[in-house]
Amino acid sequence: MRINEAAVNIKAIFKRELFGYFSSPVAYVFIVIFLLLLGFFTFYISNFFEMGQADLRSFFSWHPWVYMLMIPALAMRLWAEERRLGTIELVLTLPISITEAIIGKFLAAWVFIGVSLFFTFPMVLTVIYLGEPDIGAIVCAYVGSFLMAGAFLSVGVMTSSLTKSQVISFIVAVVICLFFVLAGFPPVTNAMADWAPLWLINLISKTSFLFHFISIERGVLDLRDVLYYFSVIFFMLFLNGLVIRNRSAA
Amino acid sequence: MIEIRGLTKYFGTKKAVDHVSFTVKKGEILGFLGPNGAGKSTTMRMITGFIPPSSGTAVIGGFDIGDDPISARKRIGYLPENAPVYPDMAVTAYLDFCAEIRGFTGASKKQKVAEIIDRCFLSDVRHQTIHTLSKGFKQRVCFAQSILHDPEYLILDEPTDGLDPNQKHEVRLMIRAMSADKVIVLSTHILDEVEAVCTRAIIIAGGSIVADDTPAGLKARSSLYGAVTVTLQNTEPAALLACLQPISGVKSAEIVDSTSPDITVRVFPENKDLPLADRVMSALSENNFKIKSIFVEPGRLDEVFRAITEN
Repeated sequence: MRINEAAVNIKAIFKRELFGYFSSPVAYVFIVIFLLLLGFFTFYISNFFEMGQADLRSFFSWHPWVYMLMIPALAMRLWAEERRLGTIELVLTLPISITEAIIGKFLAAWVFIGVSLFFTFPMVLTVIYLGEPDIGAIVCAYVGSFLMAGAFLSVGVMTSSLTKSQVISFIVAVVICLFFVLAGFPPVTNAMADWAPLWLINLISKTSFLFHFISIERGVLDLRDVLYYFSVIFFMLFLNGLVIRNRSAA
Repeated sequence: MIEIRGLTKYFGTKKAVDHVSFTVKKGEILGFLGPNGAGKSTTMRMITGFIPPSSGTAVIGGFDIGDDPISARKRIGYLPENAPVYPDMAVTAYLDFCAEIRGFTGASKKQKVAEIIDRCFLSDVRHQTIHTLSKGFKQRVCFAQSILHDPEYLILDEPTDGLDPNQKHEVRLMIRAMSADKVIVLSTHILDEVEAVCTRAIIIAGGSIVADDTPAGLKARSSLYGAVTVTLQNTEPAALLACLQPISGVKSAEIVDSTSPDITVRVFPENKDLPLADRVMSALSENNFKIKSIFVEPGRLDEVFRAITEN
């Protein structure tokens, strides 16, 4: 009974949020810029064609960086706008739990990112046309990329609950995401190797989104990496719940 | 029944609401009055569970808002201050969303939304995006949301704010028509509204309840209540007072206005509950004064409100 009710509530919130993206220019601007950025990086920076390889490594390796910029922009409105408009007062006095509201909002944004990711399919068609890529590895990388996007998103949802200002939410989210990316970025870990003990470097780099993306990117879907992303999402949404529950006023 | 038990709220070290307790029964329309910043909205936000109280609680129909907020909120319809609604949604889409959360699906949802659009006079704007609506329409959309599920408990924070006089009248009629099987708590700073709509009024100042009475009872606290005001033509003030003061039951008489050819005099009774007008009238006509008008002061809420909230 209660589970059924929760599903109905999550679905209602989910529908409203997803509809919210598509009824404003946000959705279209996001999808277009997302695709342009990925295309630009893949073709001009990574020289996709000159590499002469029928795989999508050079495409997927840019995902963390594009997500780092774009996802906080997508997530920043989720709570901050409700707080600014005062509609949070209606949402939180409806007969739904805070958890249901958070899950509904998170899933709506995640599915939206999934839709954006889907529109990168011409890349897949291109490599299929050019050669004989490992389809399994590509599917695996897509799954991994989507999971990683969820982790980025959970950071953005959490920072959005901290403030009325979408700008502040965006900046804080980018900084946190930057940490999660850089912690596993080879140039950074190499620089640390000179002075930091190995165990510390390992520990820090293992908290990184990159560390857990590398093997997925190669086509190995390790349960540990999947668990890692889900635990980041769970932790961030849990923090989100604490923030909403303990906010002092509107 | 709504039971408010010792609700207290601190914002930092500032005490916004201080041990507010009261009970509202079915059929009552409680007016919540007070100057700006008195704690009206904060109290209502605690009743609906939007902000947690520092201490105390509210029990709505037997469900504690702190222990079982979902069950309590299912029974509540809430119109927050300033009527916040999603600006990027169409009216129908927004009400559909609210109906879904309130557990309506399929045909019953459609019917409920259509019915509420009709009742709240929203038919003309049903497909419009909310941000294109005027303040009055936004207010009505939010009001529609609060009564959509026909709740037993209605909490309305300034329900007629921003409406024109006709719309105010409509909303008041709706509130009155619904009141028989509901508990309604509404806040307002329009004193006429309390007289027009409420069966009971609580005045709150500085976070505490300073008066809890019927609107008539509050008006009876007015210093003017029960006084007889008479306007006469071409009269000598001194002779008039000399005629009025000896009447039995008269405490005092004073000239209110003698600037025009007519003179207005106010006669205060010794006992406010005994009729005085007939005695004043017969005394005046025996002495051949020409009465232009006479009425008994019903008392004035604004005067009582000021007296109670300003000290």
